Amino acid sequence: MDFHASTEIVTSGDDAGADRRAHLVVIGNGMAGCRAIEELLARDGTRYRVTIFGGEPHVNYNRIMLSPVLAGEKTFDEIVINGHDWYRDNDIELVAGDPVVAIDRMAKTVTANSGRTVAYDKLLIATGSDPFIIPVPGKDLPGVISFRDMNDVDAMLAAAAKGGDAVVIGGGLLGLEAAHGLTLRGMKVTVIHLMPTLMERQLDEAAGWLLKTALEARGQTILTGADTAEIVGDARVEGVRLKDGTVIPASLVVMAVGIRPNVKLAREAGLDVGRGIKVDDHMVTSDPDVLAVGECVEHDGNVYGLVAPLWEMCRSLADGLVENHTGYKGSVTSTKLKVAGLDVFSAGDFSGGEGAEDIVLRDAARGIYKRVVVKDDRIVGAVLYGDTADGSWYFDLLRKQEDISEIRELLIFGQAYASGGGQADPKAAVAALSDDAEICGCNGVSKAKVIQTIVSGAVSLDAVRSGCKASASCGSCTNLVEQLLSLTLGEDYGGERTVKTLCKCTSFGHDDVRREIVAQGMRSIPEVMQRLHWSTPDGCSACRPALNYYLLCAWPGEYADDQQSRFVNERMHANIQKDGTYSVVPRMWGGLTNPRELRAIADVVEKFNAPMVKVTGGQRLDIFGIRKEDLPAVWADLNAAGMVSGHAYGKSLRTVKTCVGSEWCRFGTQDSTGLGVRIERMTWGSWMPHKFKIAVSGCPRNCAEATIKDFGIVCVDSGYELHVGGNGGIKVRATDLLCKVATERQAMDYCAAFIQLYREEARYLERTAPWIERVGLDYVKSRVVEDEIGREALTARFLVSQSFSQDDPWAARAAGVDRGQHQHLGEFRPFQLEAAE
Amino acid sequence: MIGDWIDVGPLAAIPLRGARTVPVAGGEEIAIFRTGDDAVYALVNRCPHKQGPLSQGIVHGHAVACPLHNMRISLASGEAMGDDEGCVPTIPVRVDAGRVLLSRMGAIATALAA
Repeated sequence: MDFHASTEIVTSGDDAGADRRAHLVVIGNGMAGCRAIEELLARDGTRYRVTIFGGEPHVNYNRIMLSPVLAGEKTFDEIVINGHDWYRDNDIELVAGDPVVAIDRMAKTVTANSGRTVAYDKLLIATGSDPFIIPVPGKDLPGVISFRDMNDVDAMLAAAAKGGDAVVIGGGLLGLEAAHGLTLRGMKVTVIHLMPTLMERQLDEAAGWLLKTALEARGQTILTGADTAEIVGDARVEGVRLKDGTVIPASLVVMAVGIRPNVKLAREAGLDVGRGIKVDDHMVTSDPDVLAVGECVEHDGNVYGLVAPLWEMCRSLADGLVENHTGYKGSVTSTKLKVAGLDVFSAGDFSGGEGAEDIVLRDAARGIYKRVVVKDDRIVGAVLYGDTADGSWYFDLLRKQEDISEIRELLIFGQAYASGGGQADPKAAVAALSDDAEICGCNGVSKAKVIQTIVSGAVSLDAVRSGCKASASCGSCTNLVEQLLSLTLGEDYGGERTVKTLCKCTSFGHDDVRREIVAQGMRSIPEVMQRLHWSTPDGCSACRPALNYYLLCAWPGEYADDQQSRFVNERMHANIQKDGTYSVVPRMWGGLTNPRELRAIADVVEKFNAPMVKVTGGQRLDIFGIRKEDLPAVWADLNAAGMVSGHAYGKSLRTVKTCVGSEWCRFGTQDSTGLGVRIERMTWGSWMPHKFKIAVSGCPRNCAEATIKDFGIVCVDSGYELHVGGNGGIKVRATDLLCKVATERQAMDYCAAFIQLYREEARYLERTAPWIERVGLDYVKSRVVEDEIGREALTARFLVSQSFSQDDPWAARAAGVDRGQHQHLGEFRPFQLEAAE
Repeated sequence: MIGDWIDVGPLAAIPLRGARTVPVAGGEEIAIFRTGDDAVYALVNRCPHKQGPLSQGIVHGHAVACPLHNMRISLASGEAMGDDEGCVPTIPVRVDAGRVLLSRMGAIATALAA
């Protein structure tokens, strides 16, 4: 059969003039239009005479199977739903390749492109949707196509036959399927996606990260957070330029950023149109003789772009046409990505809401992530990655609104487990395991071995971990081990762990997480959460900042800081006050200042009406009461006078406090002021587990109070005493003497080494004082003082890290970076009209 | 009724797990939150505990931790979570074609209550 003829008319049945049946005209020969007729014929084959107009020169085919055609998994013939014989056998007139261009509702006629005019009794609009083309320069160049119909697939196949580079704009369902097909056809594919995660409408961050990793492993380049500026090329497309200036070469650009309901005809005919053509529960538009169905309609405020709702709409439509009204009630949708070997499923609403709870299962070894959202004992949404076998089961429970309270404990393990053997109690399930069943896959530990370890005296999780290594690696069997402890020890098992977990989202402690980040080379927060089996989708306000710091510390210059995992002060680069305004502390190196800086500070105070300026304990000036909107302007003014961020807001180096030293003081033994300035120049901008304060005193009278700082230097005639672990806070702690060194160079090197050891080994939000009490001064001495090679390595690692962190964040913000942080989204003036009167 | 919803800006201007503010002339500022899985909520930008600006807190799951004293507030209900007590008003909000739409009546009610 030739499906590519330009115009094809199939006429059959009785002469229209002699037919007394009502005439139903369908605009659209796609999936919705034809399905509606199929449903109608199944109910009553004699009531209507049917004519279908189609814009494409094809019989009705399965549009959602275009992806497998592109990928070479199916042929066009295989995706045809209804061939010519269907139209002939059912007495349907098909007008293919001649789209309807106008509807006259008064005359009750439609007119096609060829001029042909046909009268109707009932009209069904099933015009579907159009691809959304982003309005960038070059969008009309040859070689830029959408992914919507068989023509597009033919164009892609022709381009792929020549090989080369392809860019797919849009990392949603359709875009990824196009990218997959083009990759299989031998093109080098780059996917450009505006949002930070792929398929963000269907997947959460964790599943999106897994998907991105899998696609990259297949050779695709995935650019998220990438905004297209222009499609470049002279006679035809040559590449895509992003807003950040990157240019990606391409001989083919596929735009798959989304679809828009095709409402043009309906709007021109004066029908009620919102985002789509508005229909009631029986798919009737604002004109009782005009119906509409499919992606072009808006029902109850919803527009659908998936196939399942279409089937439900068609049933209600057909019921209405034969006067047996049932009514469409809207659809719950599910999505499956049609990319061979990648199992991705999403259904319902996983945006939670009040009372919604997440049940999360992660299996790092098998690359599995499952999340089921439960509300009022019912499933409201699900995201599955890696193992989607239970997708249809969850979707079924969701649609039927089944009460799952009975199987809740085991729900996440899937249908076989939850409703299979009647093992409703997870502990009973563990008890039923055979002795040689493997508990810990990482270390190959059997159930018998774990029980033997427990019986021989390991009565806590940590003891089992050190005794037989079960649960000591990835930790995914922690729950199983705990159940075995409970089964074996009965009431004697206290359930307490000696290691405190990082937060409630994980069973790992801080040290475990840090060790695994480095050992496994983990490079992002979602990756850590996946590999270490986080029990929440995106962590909490305790673990996100900690993970962000650990990653930043482990991979300097490489890890991209996550602003949304920062506490407010670090995100805003200023200190929030109780009224929501901010205070601003510019850096004054070693506590020194000059007229220019003081004038700039005075000017800022007046210009922005700051109600208070205060000298801080760390020898700085603190400007209070600045609004978040004014911060960039304040910083610009301070920058202009040569001042940079004082980091008074950060878990970072705060201040180096100094006394005047040998340059002025009659007791001074060394240049404490100069040393303080040099240390501050070396250490500023470094992120740490907690805030970090340094002081340098010029003599043992210690005017700079160096012995209550995290790192304090007390100068003496013969050199420099180095003190560590002091704290002037809630619990005052005087420093311990680390050692004495002879030269200023040594003092600085030891300082850098000590800071780096603290950065690498202290837990997030642990000051140096409790850290030293925990690990012992002797340990710190053994690393910083006694191990010369180790000390030099620590110093070197600190300086490498510093080479990436000494950019003034204020200058970046003043220049417009993250401008949104300081702006309102919009404004609302509800009483504007009244005020104008 | 036309104008039931007010367009206050593009969704893309709110980062995932972030928030942006909408000042209300004559009323209390509203914070629009966007969660990691792309749900959007609107709450009065004031913690029931000590009036902290919730928009500046860390968003996790469908909750925000107040930047002043870490009280966790449910974005859906505005209620304090865990052992804490207190509630902040919520305003109906929805997203259409990439724009954030606030309920006019909800926003006005908030303004009048202030």
